[in-house]
Amino acid sequence: MSAPVTGRVLRTRGEGLSLRVDGRALGASLGLAVALVAVMLVTLTTGEYELSVPEVLAALVGQGDGGAEFIVGTLRLPRLLTALFVGAALALSGAILQSLSGNPLGSPDVIGFTNGAATGALLVIIVLGGGMTQTAFGAFAGGLAAALLIYLLAFKGGVQGFRFILVGIGISALALSVNSYLVTRASLHDAVAAHAWLIGSVNGRGWEQVAAVGGTLAVLLPVALGAARRLSLLQLGDATATALGVGVQRSRLVLIATSVLLAAVATAAAGPIWFVALAAPQLARGLTRVAGPGLASSALMGGLLLTAGDLAVQLLFPTSQLPVGTATGCLGGLYLCWLLAAQWRKGSYT
Amino acid sequence: MAEGKLHVTRLYAENLTLAYDERTVATELGVAIPDDSFTVIVGPNACGKSTLLKALARMLKPRGGAVYLDGKGIGEYRTREVARRLGLLPQTSVAPSGITVGDLVARGRYPHQRMLRQWSRADEAVVTEAMRLTGVLELSGRLVDELSGGQRQRVWLAMVLAQQTSILLLDEPTTFLDIAHQVEVLDLCADLHEHKGHTLVAVLHDLNQACRYATHLIVMRPGGQIAAQGRPGEIVTADLVREVFGLPCRVIDDPETGTPLIVPASRRSSPKATVVAGIERSGA
Repeated sequence: MSAPVTGRVLRTRGEGLSLRVDGRALGASLGLAVALVAVMLVTLTTGEYELSVPEVLAALVGQGDGGAEFIVGTLRLPRLLTALFVGAALALSGAILQSLSGNPLGSPDVIGFTNGAATGALLVIIVLGGGMTQTAFGAFAGGLAAALLIYLLAFKGGVQGFRFILVGIGISALALSVNSYLVTRASLHDAVAAHAWLIGSVNGRGWEQVAAVGGTLAVLLPVALGAARRLSLLQLGDATATALGVGVQRSRLVLIATSVLLAAVATAAAGPIWFVALAAPQLARGLTRVAGPGLASSALMGGLLLTAGDLAVQLLFPTSQLPVGTATGCLGGLYLCWLLAAQWRKGSYT
Repeated sequence: MAEGKLHVTRLYAENLTLAYDERTVATELGVAIPDDSFTVIVGPNACGKSTLLKALARMLKPRGGAVYLDGKGIGEYRTREVARRLGLLPQTSVAPSGITVGDLVARGRYPHQRMLRQWSRADEAVVTEAMRLTGVLELSGRLVDELSGGQRQRVWLAMVLAQQTSILLLDEPTTFLDIAHQVEVLDLCADLHEHKGHTLVAVLHDLNQACRYATHLIVMRPGGQIAAQGRPGEIVTADLVREVFGLPCRVIDDPETGTPLIVPASRRSSPKATVVAGIERSGA
């Protein structure tokens, strides 16, 4: 009789290493990675100036001519990498929160981190009159403040998933109304700047954004992957997770903090990008069909969604510089309708 | 309790004060789980029986007193170390949607696994055996979402068995099951106790089932005190049931097992009145 579990078993002699690998999940992740590379190559080669793949590759390693190096190294690559890292960070943030709360609505843009970050950014733009860097710090602080407020309000001898989401939706609505109020108080110039920030975009993002989000990912992705097994046990409920030897409150605090930091940094870099954190983990799950958190595949899916979305707006609206946030927001609304309708039909919400 | 100190068991509690926020459930509670017993805790609603079980499983930190496992305060262990000695089937668990039976049972191996050692041959053998014992091996590829309540409870039990602990705590393992599945789960527990050497502690609602399966019965009264403990045949009397549950009854021998069987007294004393009531009900 074969193993009673799914996946393929890999064991070294002496079993110093023994792992289960889900073939389908691995294949799906590889497919996502290939699609991602393809999107990245197309993004780097197309645009107002067409470049060939060899020209792009030469520019990447510093062997290209000056024009190509400027286009790739200063214009296209930072924007592309910002989209990639922001997408991955948001998706990872969403995957963690959805697994923790056991609810597909448990996503940073639904439960108020994003609107809280926007409040922070608007305060800087309108009240303090800060520039782009200060705005990013304002957004970061706003996201953290919203998360802390949700955590404190939802805390009752521990934090439980569904309460976290409900309190989060309340905070989100509160932050949204504060944001509207701030915009009405602004001068025309500030209101335009605020509005531009409120539609998330990767236009004109430079290496400082790449470094900020990439660096955050480099630190927090390993943290999240290291906690993934504990996360998969937390999915079974607090009592079962404790019984199996998981320090529930500490693990949950680490995971929530990871999720909040990822969302806050991503929003600080690109402004509010809707839909990616909400949908990427679900779409990735649809491909991999794993029951666990699926963090790596979600991150790949998030990176792919945002890079492909940004490529699409560049190809479809080459002259208007449409922000990618508009596209994801539009798709996100449709996706949310579909998700709620599907859940309703399944009888999950009664 | 003086006896508790004379004969120290693997799992016992002393001077427990248990409380949720402001509400105190029990004070000065002392209890010892006899080694190799099938201990059942019974008592009226809200008497603190599930709370006691939670404290024994270190799910609830006592306000006062302590629970001891293998001679050391249970709070002094790392939670993973406790998980290698003591398993718990809580009242409610959540199966993530889309998980297969085998994968869920395999998660019970967590306290024995390490980062790079996630699925050894020993893990596989233990999981297979746990599923065989609970009769869910042939369901291994099925989705947990698609199972019936009885099957699902056996899957959870398999997961706890895969944890390979000699002490198992079960919080109302028969709730939500119909009577046939209740008996099936309790028979399985009795087998684990008799043939596999597990020490079992279960909270049950049904006094008759408790009397039938328990080798050691702990009867709690409202206010979180122990009214009686010992072999069911020696402690369960009509007086005890009336005192603890406020229920007038007769206690007879279970015709199947000879254990005490509680028959609640009818409110209508004469057989004639019962017949009349029956006619009234069918006429209504």
